[in-house]
This record gives sequence, C-alpha cells and structure tokens, in this order.
Amino acid sequence: MEGFPILTLITFVPVLGMLIILLLPGEQKQTIKITSLAATGVQLVLAVILLAGYNYNAGGVFQQGSFQFIEKARWIEIEGFDWLGTLKVDYFMGIDGISMPMVLLTALISFIACISSWNINKSPKGYFALFLLLDTGMMGVFVSLDFFLFYIFWELMLLPMYFLIGIWGGPRKEYAAIKFFIYTLLGSVFMLLVMIGLYFSASETLADGSQVFTFNLLALMDKANYTADGILSPFNPDNLRFIAYIALFAGFAIKIPMFPFHTWLPDAHVEAPTPISVILAGVLLKMGTYGILRISFPIFPEITKDLAWYIALFGMVNIIYGAFVALAQKDFKKLIAYSSVSHMGYVLLGMASLTTAGINGAIFQMFNHGTITAMLFLIVGVIYDRAHTRGINDFGGLASQMPIYTGFVTVAFFAAIGLPSMSGFISEALVFIGAFGVEEIRVLTIISTLGILLGAAYMLWTLQRIFFGNLNEKWSGLKDLTAREYVMLVPLTIIIIFLGVYPSAMLDIMNTSVNTLVDFVTIKVGNISVSGLLN
Amino acid sequence: MLEVGLSHYLFVSAILFSLGIYGIVTRKNAVLVLMGVELVLNAANINFVAFSRFGNFGIGGQVYALFVIILAAAEAAIALAIVLNIYKTFANVNVDEISKLKE
Amino acid sequence: MSEVSLLSLSLIILFLPLIGFAVVIHFGKRFSKLYLFEVAIMGIALLLSIIIGYFKLTDFPIKDLVYSFNWIDFGNVPLIGEFKIELGIQIDNISTIMLFVVTLISFLVHIFSIAYMHGDKRFSRYFAYLGIFTFSMLGIVLTHNLLMMYIFWELVGLSSYLLIGFWYEKKSASDAGKKAFLVNRVGDIGMFIGILILFTHYKTFTFDTIYTQMAAGNIPFDSFSWLTAAGILIFMGAVGKSAQFPLHVWLPDAMEGPTPVSALIHAATMVAAGVYLISRIFVMLTADAMLFIAVVGAITSFVAATIALTQNDIKKVLAYSTVSQLGYMVMSLGVGAYVFAFFHLVTHAFFKAGLFLGSGSVIHAMHHEQDIREMGGLRKKLPITYSAFLIYTLAISGVPLFSGFLSKDGILAGTLVFGNLTGHWLIPILSFTVALLTAFYMFRLVIITFHGEPRNKEKYDHAHESPLAMTVPLIVLAVLSVFIWYTPNPINPDAGWFSAKWLQTPASVVPQETRFDFMQNDFSGAKYYSNEMIHSETYMHELHTLHYPAMILSILLGGLGILIAYLMYQWKKINPDKLAERFKPLYNFSLNKWYIDELYHYTFISGTIALSKILSWFDSNIIDGAVNGTAYITRVFANVSNLFDKYIVDGLVNFTAFISGFIGMSFRRFQSGKVQAYLVLVVFSVLILLLVFNPF
Repeated sequence: MEGFPILTLITFVPVLGMLIILLLPGEQKQTIKITSLAATGVQLVLAVILLAGYNYNAGGVFQQGSFQFIEKARWIEIEGFDWLGTLKVDYFMGIDGISMPMVLLTALISFIACISSWNINKSPKGYFALFLLLDTGMMGVFVSLDFFLFYIFWELMLLPMYFLIGIWGGPRKEYAAIKFFIYTLLGSVFMLLVMIGLYFSASETLADGSQVFTFNLLALMDKANYTADGILSPFNPDNLRFIAYIALFAGFAIKIPMFPFHTWLPDAHVEAPTPISVILAGVLLKMGTYGILRISFPIFPEITKDLAWYIALFGMVNIIYGAFVALAQKDFKKLIAYSSVSHMGYVLLGMASLTTAGINGAIFQMFNHGTITAMLFLIVGVIYDRAHTRGINDFGGLASQMPIYTGFVTVAFFAAIGLPSMSGFISEALVFIGAFGVEEIRVLTIISTLGILLGAAYMLWTLQRIFFGNLNEKWSGLKDLTAREYVMLVPLTIIIIFLGVYPSAMLDIMNTSVNTLVDFVTIKVGNISVSGLLN
Repeated sequence: MLEVGLSHYLFVSAILFSLGIYGIVTRKNAVLVLMGVELVLNAANINFVAFSRFGNFGIGGQVYALFVIILAAAEAAIALAIVLNIYKTFANVNVDEISKLKE
Repeated sequence: MSEVSLLSLSLIILFLPLIGFAVVIHFGKRFSKLYLFEVAIMGIALLLSIIIGYFKLTDFPIKDLVYSFNWIDFGNVPLIGEFKIELGIQIDNISTIMLFVVTLISFLVHIFSIAYMHGDKRFSRYFAYLGIFTFSMLGIVLTHNLLMMYIFWELVGLSSYLLIGFWYEKKSASDAGKKAFLVNRVGDIGMFIGILILFTHYKTFTFDTIYTQMAAGNIPFDSFSWLTAAGILIFMGAVGKSAQFPLHVWLPDAMEGPTPVSALIHAATMVAAGVYLISRIFVMLTADAMLFIAVVGAITSFVAATIALTQNDIKKVLAYSTVSQLGYMVMSLGVGAYVFAFFHLVTHAFFKAGLFLGSGSVIHAMHHEQDIREMGGLRKKLPITYSAFLIYTLAISGVPLFSGFLSKDGILAGTLVFGNLTGHWLIPILSFTVALLTAFYMFRLVIITFHGEPRNKEKYDHAHESPLAMTVPLIVLAVLSVFIWYTPNPINPDAGWFSAKWLQTPASVVPQETRFDFMQNDFSGAKYYSNEMIHSETYMHELHTLHYPAMILSILLGGLGILIAYLMYQWKKINPDKLAERFKPLYNFSLNKWYIDELYHYTFISGTIALSKILSWFDSNIIDGAVNGTAYITRVFANVSNLFDKYIVDGLVNFTAFISGFIGMSFRRFQSGKVQAYLVLVVFSVLILLLVFNPF
C-alpha cells in the first residue's frame, strides 16, 4: 500500500473513463454507459480499499504526519519574480477522518447516480463524459490538501455541472444552469481572493531552508508560518482576517446552501435530470460544509470562535425556514430541495457548537443527508419517469398500485424525518447533543428542535397526498419498481438502516480527527497567544 | 601559417548567408527557395559554433546549433511535404504564381 | 436462574418480534400462512416473559439486572475527557411486570386479530406491523437509559402511525395517523430537550448513573429550576404518548385503526408507556414538577370523562375513557401514589384491552357498525362478549371484587391525602368527580349497546357470536379483571403481591428543599431506592385514616353513576334527550369535545400553513427576487455599457481603423503577395537600419 498513489487513482479514474468514452463513437451507447459504470465502480472499489487500509487513530487536520495516503510532489514551480519569490504549488493529497466519509460518499453516490443515468438517451457520450469529469472534480476537492489544488478541483466541478443541467435539464434548464453557475462562481471568486491573500501572508520553510510563500493548507494552519506584515497574518495589527473569513464563509455558504443564498438550489434541482439532482444534493452541497471544516475553521480558529453564534443562528434559520418553505411546496422535487436546505442547517448548527459530538454529528449528517436525499431524489425520479409530473396533489393512492416503491419511500421519508434506527436520527441527535451543551447557543438549539416537528409534518403530509387515499384512475397503469431502480435503492436503504443501528461504523472513522479539530480550534488557539508571539 | 580566427568563420558565414538570401529572393522554384533557407540556417549555425568556440559563453552555442540542425531537418521535411501538396494542387511550384492564400 | 440467563432471555424476547416483522414483511405476500409464524413468536415471547417474571421476582426481588454496552465511543474528548454513549437493558420489577403485560396482551391481540382481520387484503402486513410494534414497546420496557427510551419511543410512534393508517384508502385514517405522529412529536420535542438537559450535565443517558449523581447533590447546572424543567420536559413525552391534555386530541382519532390495534396500542400498552416513563423518572421529580404532573393528569381525566358522556361511537367512548384513565395514572404519579399508578396501569391494561376487544367483537358482529344508537339488545346475541364486557365495565367503574376497584381506590386515597397535606383540593375533587362520571358513561355504553330492544332490526338479525379466536382472549382478559390475581383481600390491596411484595415507591433523589414534605428521604447512599417506606409518617398516618373514607366515597360515587345510567337508559325514568335539550350548550360542548380540535385547527395548523405560505412567497419573491433583481440590474448595466461600448469606445476604434485604413491604402502597393519581394524589403530595411543606428 505504501507509496501506491491510490488517491490520485481514485480521483482520476473517472477522467480515464472519460477519455475512453471520448474515443468511442457516439452511437455505441451501451458501451459508453458500461465504461462509465466501470469507472465509477472502480472508484467505489478503491474507496473501499481505502477504508480497509484506513487507520482509525490518526488525527490529521493540521498535522501532516497523521494524514493518510499522502501524496506530495512539487507541481508548479516558477522562479524569478522578485516580489513573488518562488511560485510553488504542490500536488498535495491526503485524507483524514473529515475527508474519509466524504470520499466514501462521493464514490457511492457517483456509482448510484451512474446507474440512475442509464435511461439518458440524449447524446449519452457527452453526458457521461461530463458526468465523469464532474466526479473527478468532486473527489479531488475532498482529497486535496493544497489550497490551489482544492480550488482547481472546485472549479473543475462547476463546468460539467453547468452543461449537465443546461443540456439535459427540464424546461427552464438554461435559467437554472446559468443561475447555478453564476451563483457558485461568485462564491469561488471570494474564495480565490482569500486564497491569494493567504498565499502572500504565510511562508513555508523548505527542506533547503529557504522560505517560500505557500498554498499548503496545513502550513497555513500554523500560526508560526505567518509573516509579520502579511495582509491576512494574525501578527499584522491591521490584518483583514475578519473580512477574509466572511468572504471565505460566503463562498462556502453559497454551496451549502445557506439562507439567504439558497435560491439557486430549488431551481437547479427542479430542472436537473434525476442523477444530477442526486449528485447535487448528495455530494455537491457537502463541499460547502466540508470547506468550512477543512479550511475556515483551522485557518481562522479565533474568528470561528467569535462567530460561532452567528453560524449557529444561520443553522437555525436554515432548519426552520427550509422546513416552513418545504411545507408550502406543491412540486415533489422542490419539496425535497427545500428539505435539503433544512437538513443542511443541522450541519451548520453542529459545526457551530465546536464540540466533538456536534461536529461528529455535522459530518455524519453530511454523509447521511447524502444517502437519504439521494434516495429521495431517486424516488422522485422513479415517479417522474412514469407519470411525467411531480405535482404532489396530482397523485393519490399509489400505495396500492406500487407497494414496493411505497415501502422504499416510507423508509426514505422516515429516515429524513429522523426516525431512530435510521442514520438521520443519530446525526441529528448528535448535533443537538453537541449544540445544547454550549450555553451560548442553547436557545438557538431549542428553537431548532422545532425542525424535527416541521420535518415530520411536510414529509408525512406528502406521503399522505401521494400514496394514501383512493387511487387516481389516471395512474392505474403505473408499474412498480424495475430491477434497475431496485438496485439503486436497496444499497442506500441498507446503509441508512445499518448506520442507524451501528453508527460507530462511521463515527469511529471521523472521531479521532474531530477530536483533533476541536482541540485545535478551541484549545490550542487559546494557548497560543498571538500578542505573545508578537513580542 | 595563417591562424584561422573568428573573423574567418564570420566571413564564410556571411558569404553563405548572402548566397542563401540571394537564392531565396531570386529563384522562382520553391525547392530552390527552400535550399536558400537551408543555407541561411547553416550560416547561422556557423556563427553559433564560432562564437561558442571563440567567445566566453560555454557550450550553449553548440547546443543551439544542434537545435537548429534538428529544426532545419524538421522544417525541410514539412516544407517539402507542403511543396509536394502544392505541386499536386497547382501542378507547378512557382512561388510567384501560387497566391491563393492572398485572395 | 442466573442473572446472565435472565438478561439473555429478555434480549431474546426483545428481538423475537423484530424477527417476526422482518420475515413477515418480506415473505408475507408469498406465503399466506406466514402470519402464524408471527403469532407463534408472540406465544414464545409470552412464555419466556412468564419465566423471566417468575425467576426475577423470586430470585432477585429487589435487584436490578443490567446489561449495557458502548454504542458510541468518542474517546478522549477535549475539555470533557472520556465520553461515550451507552445502551443497555435493565430488568427490575416494573419492567418485569410490564414485560408480562405487553407480551400477554400482544399475544391475545394476535389471536384475536386472526379472526377479526380475516380476509383483509393486507392481512400479513398487519401482523408484521404488530411485530414491529411489540418490538418497540418491549424496547421501552427494557431500556436502562433515556436515549434508548427515546429511540423506542419514536419507534412505537412509527408503528402506531402505520397501524392507525392501516386502511389508508380512507382519508380519515391517514389523517388520523399523521395527526397521531405529529402530536406525539410535539411532546417528543419536549422530552428530547429534557433528555438533553440531563445528558449535557451528566454526560450519560443511564437512569441509574444520573440518579446516583443526583442523589449525591449534583443537579443539572446547579439550579433547581433546571431540575424542575428537566422533569416537566421529559414528562412532555408522556403528555404526547399518553394523550394527556392538551395533546390528547390524537387518541380518539386513532380509533380509525383496526380495533385490535386500538386494544393493544391505544389502550393497553403504548399509551401506558407515558405512565411507565414517568415511573422511570419519578425519583427525579421536584415538588413543582409533581404538582404540574398531577394537575395535568387531573385536568385530562376530567376533560376526557366529560367528553365520553355524550359520544355515540362505541370506540370513541372507550377512547375518551382511556384518556381519562391515563389521566388518572398520571395524576396518581403526580400526587406521589407511585405504586397505585403502576397498579392501575396493569389492571387498566387488562380490562381496557378487554373492552376494546369486546367492542371489536360487537363491531365484527354488527358488520362494522360503530354507532351505539344502531345497536341494543345484543346481550342475547353475543352472550360471551356481553358477560366479558360487563366484567370489564364493572372493573373500570370501580366496583368491589374487581381489579379496577383496588387500583382506583388507591389512587383516590392518594389524591385525598395529597389534597389534605398540600391544600391542592382541586385534584381530589376532580378525581372523585371522574369516578362518578366513569361509572355513568361506561354503564350508559353497556346499557345502550347490550340491553333493551334492538334499534336496528336488520343488523341485529344478522349479528352472531364471534368465533373462538375472538372469544378466548375476551375470557382470558375477563378472568384477569378479577381481584384475586392481585391480592387475596378484595378491599385492601396492601396485602397483595403488587403493592406489598413487588413494588415499592422509590426514594426521591432530588434535594430535600425541592421535594414535597411528605416524600421523606431516608436515602443512605448505597442506592437511590430502598425497601424502606419513603413517605413521611404524617403521610402514612393520613393514608391510614383517609383510606376507608376514600373507599366508601368512591363506592358511593360509582354506585351513583351506575344508578343514574340505569335511571336514564334502562328504566327510562329520566329522559336523556330532554336533559340534553335543557343543557344544550353544555351538551354540545361535550359532544364537540370542548372544541379543542377546532381550536387547534384554527390556530396552530392554519397558522403553520399560513406561515409556510408566507415564507414560501417571501422565498420566491423577495429572496429569489433579490437574486433575479441583481441579475436584472447587472443586465441593465451591461446594456448601458454595451451602448457606451458601441458608440464611444467602438466609435474610437472604428475611427482609428478608418485612419489605419487610409494609411493602409497608401501602403497597399507594397502588399504584392510575393514573399521574395518582402524578403528583399526586409533585407534592405535591416541594412538601412544598420547604417542609421550604426552599432559599431
């Protein structure tokens, strides 16, 4: 295992698949689909191998030594600009407990989304090529440890997404695609600014003793690396760290999406084809919260501590507001989209608690939301494929017509409601446990619990309107699940219930890193007095 | 005996260069024009080598000369291919008459 | 039998119904007889629970058997230290008894359902749901910690939802299921916050650990109000699940489910889980919390009893009677009569399950007619059902020689003592009024249904006694509604098994100053409960003096209630219709369930939906409007720039181009297109340049 570039492989296997697809003639639809499935399948296998070789006791977060599967090589090096010094970018990848669940999630959701893409027949060559490129972008974000690399993958994922929504989407696809693209790009611009600011504020000592500016995230976490007068250096009395934090946070918040930056999400979801909705909700939204945990928290710990209350406030607003708006939706897919807004609020709330339970809950919620919402969107896709409508009130009585489908829907809905014995409950409970333990945000937490009730309200109401009552004669021809749909839904169901009963399987992966992160953000920073270093 | 110095090389190369230019300017046949180009390149090569020998620049000149030789070979290959194609299209290689690109 | 084997047996009991569920839900469609597997499993569970009960109560009469394991281990957490979440089971006396009650009633209901649900198109799924319900209920019974309590609490909510909405084709059924789940969630949120308070402070969910620390003076956030709040909030869970006022509204609607389900879930076991929860947290209740609980219980029992007076649906009457009786139990815990609350839970479970199954038998016989005004005279047609039903009614009305009398009497005495000691007289007044009302409405039900002349001749003629699968459970439950199983002395339960041997009131663990005076504490440190009597001497004295007055009063009131019922419906001495006419506002108030549903509909439900619509409008018009507005402004700006670009910037460019063009014209002649000419030009130019800027 040692020295084998598994992270590079897991990231670029889809690109490999993409190249093969590009060489294939466009008419060979079946071959293209199988190639794409093979690429995502290999990625999933690699993710499992990664898990098998994963050390549960390594902390990561800020120590390079305890990151795993590290790959580090000089990637770009340009000498000779006086004022820049050496421009140096590393190809630096590694995973710890914060990224491991996300890697697993990405591989899993991509694979399932690929199966779900089977009935895409409009120029599948382009679709699957872009799909695989998107996959690489997502995976790359979760394994990069160099800000520059992170940013490249972040942007890499944007472009295929734009085309996937804009070409294969629904009636208002152009509007949705452009809205998504511009909104996310706006976030990226903020991120880019902060990235460059950080670059010029911190330097890393190389092996030969020379000092160079750095994009290395781990180096950026170490206060000792900052120069005295860097624009984002804590030692500079006039530093702009606060503004930078807000800008960076806004960049990530758009992706989460956090109220009030969330309106691209319903549009994108409604217009995107099912597998892309699955990817969007299952993986893409997590990149925002992942970015906050990976970059904002450890690089700006002192500001994180100051602003935790506001993050929790936004988490609360997301939970309550998303749930209320979901309650009013008449479009099944839009309802799920708003439920995502609500569920991502739990992630924010958990992170803001800065406690082990809360952050564990947040990461776990990221994973669970990925699986549960993916399942929900697949479910919407199933009914949309058959009935070509998503209006909740158009249906009724489907329970008798499609009993197996209804069974899966019930599981997914109750998982989303946070029913114990399913994974969503554990993460929400941990978020609440963590957040309630912090006195400052206790009131916000108590208000947030209202989300449990509202969540149940919109989910059960939807369940009733679509599945219960007497069957609308119009739908008496609907067929129950096909084998392919069954194959997509079963693994997700198993994972949801397995993690609900035995959450340690996932929590143990992240726990050591979360402890390290909490320790780093709340305690280590308290001990290193910035003013002390100044003197 | 006469010591062969830098100026001798430069003199030879200057002659070569002038011949090359003369060839390029006066000949109508594209192949001959190409030969003129070769002469110009080799004149430059002589200069490179000469300065490398007599100057204080290390072996850079020789390396560049090698580069130029390779480049000249590649260029000749491609140019001849173009000339052949031109011949196929226009049935002659008179540079004055081939002016399709201009229009 | 050793501790380990008892614990393993109880784990087996716990998971048996789950296996039943999993098997039946997956293969039930293929094998139509598979429901028998589920029934058999319940039979085994019942046998095992009897074995556990016997050995636990004889071998370990006062010991708690605990098995726990680490569910989630957070390792060494910054600022906190070792941090883990434990789950586990605990067998003590109340869980042993509950285990028996749950498995017995569940088994009887399974048997009953075979006949009752016969021919339903989702027959096997019904049994699967019963399996998951039994599993969850046993989880509540066996848990040794609050988290597992909450987990199974929600799971019984799920099975209740599924079973209420079992006939989901009916809108009323799916509405009722949804309502049940949501109303319960309201209570559950309170419960969850209460649990969070305790967990945040003690870093554990385990009852035992929390109480031990609490007994040592360590209370949540060092504040009495937090302690009271925790108690009341956890009690909120019971308010939801046990249908206490003001969250009682779901239970009557839950009668939309199949009748055996109403018997099992909405009468005997699940709704009693709330009472069970309060018994579990009883030791940590402060005086304020207890008073709150007592008042809620008293109000609930009174409100529900008044509503039950006028209902005409046989199941609705029983539903409100259930709410009322649950209020009794809750009130009983609030006034400190712990043992009798639990005692009443058990006796009520049997006779109320019986009442529901009996009503199921009637409904079955009447071809799914539930309105008692369509019945009458059924005792001749359904003799077994009638006799059993009468026994249950006697029990619930508090007639001596029946089980209900014993437990109810204890509760009434408890409230009387409580009123006398604390001055809160409202509680005993309400509780005695309810005793009167209960006897009245129950006999009203019996008389209208079974006595007199048949009102609907056609349906009456088709009625027939139910099959054996339905009558046997009725008989078993009727037998269990007689006093002898609980105590040899028919008027005083103190000598019986329940209150003397198996159950003791646990000593309070909250600090002395937050406790009622009569809840004396002789806790000496080893364990928060002891066999010592924990009530003060004054309390015991009062109880002793007031026991017989309470008993006589309750017999009198019960008798009065029965008498009025006979006067009105049997002997027709008083015309109920005229009475209703005279007190029309009161009658309507009761008939319409105090208009509580309407109140909720026009406040909470409409409010929530209106708010959601407003926010949705806000979202798509204001927030998204802002986004689109930004885009619009950007485009307007772009258009302006475009014009600027077109006429000013591009104008300049075009002007430059024009000039260049002009100059270009003049130089055009040089552009011959002949490469060689260019080259000549270049060479000469270079030579000229060399001459001009002579570098040498």
